[in-house]
Amino acid sequence: MAGANPGIEGRFKRKQRRERIERRVYFVASFALLMLIWEACRAVGLINPKLFPSIAAVAQSCVAQLRDGSLQQHMYASFLRVLVSFSIGIVLAVIFGFLIGWFRVVRLLADPGINFFRALPPIALIPLMIIFFGIGETSKIIVLSYASFFPALVVIYQALVSLDPIYVRAARTLGATNMEMFRKIILPQLVPHIITACRVSLGVCWATLVAAELIAAQRGIGAMMVEAQNFFQMPPLVLGIILIGIISLVMDAIVRLIETKATQWQEKMSN
Amino acid sequence: MEKGIVIQGVGLTYSSAAGSFEALRDIHLSIEPGEFICLLGPSGCGKTTLLNTIAGFLEPTAGSVVMDGKRITGPGPDRGVVFQQYAVFPWLTVKENVQFGLRLAANRCSSEEIDRISEHFIDLVNLRDFKDAYPKQLSGGMKQRVAIARSYAVNPQVLLMDEPFGALDAQTRHFMQESLLQILEKERKTVVFVTHGVEEAAFLSTRVVIMAARPGRIREVIPIDVPYPRDAATKTSPEFIRIRAGIEKVVREEFQKLRSSEGI
Ligand SMILES: Nc1ncnc2c1ncn2[C@@H]1O[C@H](COP(=O)(O)OP(=O)(O)OP(=O)(O)O)[C@@H](O)[C@H]1O
Ligand SMILES: [Mg+2]
Repeated sequence: MAGANPGIEGRFKRKQRRERIERRVYFVASFALLMLIWEACRAVGLINPKLFPSIAAVAQSCVAQLRDGSLQQHMYASFLRVLVSFSIGIVLAVIFGFLIGWFRVVRLLADPGINFFRALPPIALIPLMIIFFGIGETSKIIVLSYASFFPALVVIYQALVSLDPIYVRAARTLGATNMEMFRKIILPQLVPHIITACRVSLGVCWATLVAAELIAAQRGIGAMMVEAQNFFQMPPLVLGIILIGIISLVMDAIVRLIETKATQWQEKMSN
Repeated sequence: MEKGIVIQGVGLTYSSAAGSFEALRDIHLSIEPGEFICLLGPSGCGKTTLLNTIAGFLEPTAGSVVMDGKRITGPGPDRGVVFQQYAVFPWLTVKENVQFGLRLAANRCSSEEIDRISEHFIDLVNLRDFKDAYPKQLSGGMKQRVAIARSYAVNPQVLLMDEPFGALDAQTRHFMQESLLQILEKERKTVVFVTHGVEEAAFLSTRVVIMAARPGRIREVIPIDVPYPRDAATKTSPEFIRIRAGIEKVVREEFQKLRSSEGI
């Protein structure tokens, strides 16, 4: 702001940088510790070394699969499924969220149904979907879309009904039409909630992916793991687990980055 | 057709599952165009409620509010509101808040007009250095000034202001009072203004309406026969001081009555 003291500003920047570096060091240390425990457990014999591979073996299998391109294919297949299903789920959730939040009749009609379906784990739909659509992509996309739809729907419509009506009032007295009200008052207030919805949905969608791929798929990280299990190849199996964890971390970090950019105006409880 | 705002036997009872509360009973008041009405009264006597019925946010449960011959059924841009809780849009910067109304289709402003008008009012409320700040970076009094600039900018025919200068320091408040009177000299507007300040009410208004609580009703209407333009010197004139003392007396009586009825 105008007239801020450059000395204080500099000190604040330095402090921020120090904290950032600190966080990174701990991030690396945390994973290093996990790897240490992993190797230690094998060395001491806490887990059977035949059943659980070494870090080197997993890394080797990773490099080998990258070389022959199969790992890329598996990851591409999984990503595509999640991306398509997540997009379908979120778009539908935004549309239905608005309908439910805006129209009382729709809300009353939909509420019991929503509560039923949101309590139903997406995996429970897989057998039915396989009978309906076979074991191809369609059944997976439907299950995954369903998985990302409901958590997002609930977040969006609850945000909509808990909006403070005072801003709508203020805009009315300034002459806003219904369309302007939607674009300039409702939507900006919902953006942070829509991003939260994306975060939740992406998590659920990714978690359901492997279950869907375990049942029937040629490609995908889940399929890779089933194959490894069938042939008792431990390194690719563990590699699959690690990849799933890393990818969900990365996706969450990306959404969080977008979130901080889009919600600068919000008052935060803490950082 | 009668011009101005006519409040005819307005009553308003809030009801909820917890029970009902009679906030207003039998309010009669005719406000001529160009009048400046101040509502004065103890906390909880229904000032905001009455203002909200004129704004069209609340529908009276008895009687009606009529403006220029038409019954008020909802809010509209002909009645600008400065809210007691400011209601500054937190997702917009100070400048974007002030420009909000100007950018709506209803106000048909060119982009030069938008810049000129918003700059004028941002300067008036002395927030030039903060025009790109978000409301979370502002103090209560600064937010209040944003809200004032936002409603002045669209130049409504009627201004409904709910303790608009309540969060300001004494100097800024005096400045805002005087600039409001200056604006009104240039553009004839009707103002309904809620305040707890007896001096503020006497200084600004053509008539002061003193309300009583439980249920909220009009206790007394006191005309302020001090000619405009008024300035800082007005506040020290004997005439003004006499009127002010008269209002003070009624307000104090109402306050005492409320306390004894509540058994404190
Ligand atoms: N939404 C509501 N539901 C029920 N009761 C309400 C509601 N809003 C206000 N009231 C009651 O109506 C009465 C008048 O409220 P109002 O806000 O109009 O008072 P006020 O004169 O503006 O007070 P203050 O000076 O503190 O702002 C209060 O006793 C309050 O408890
Ligand atoms: Mg009030």
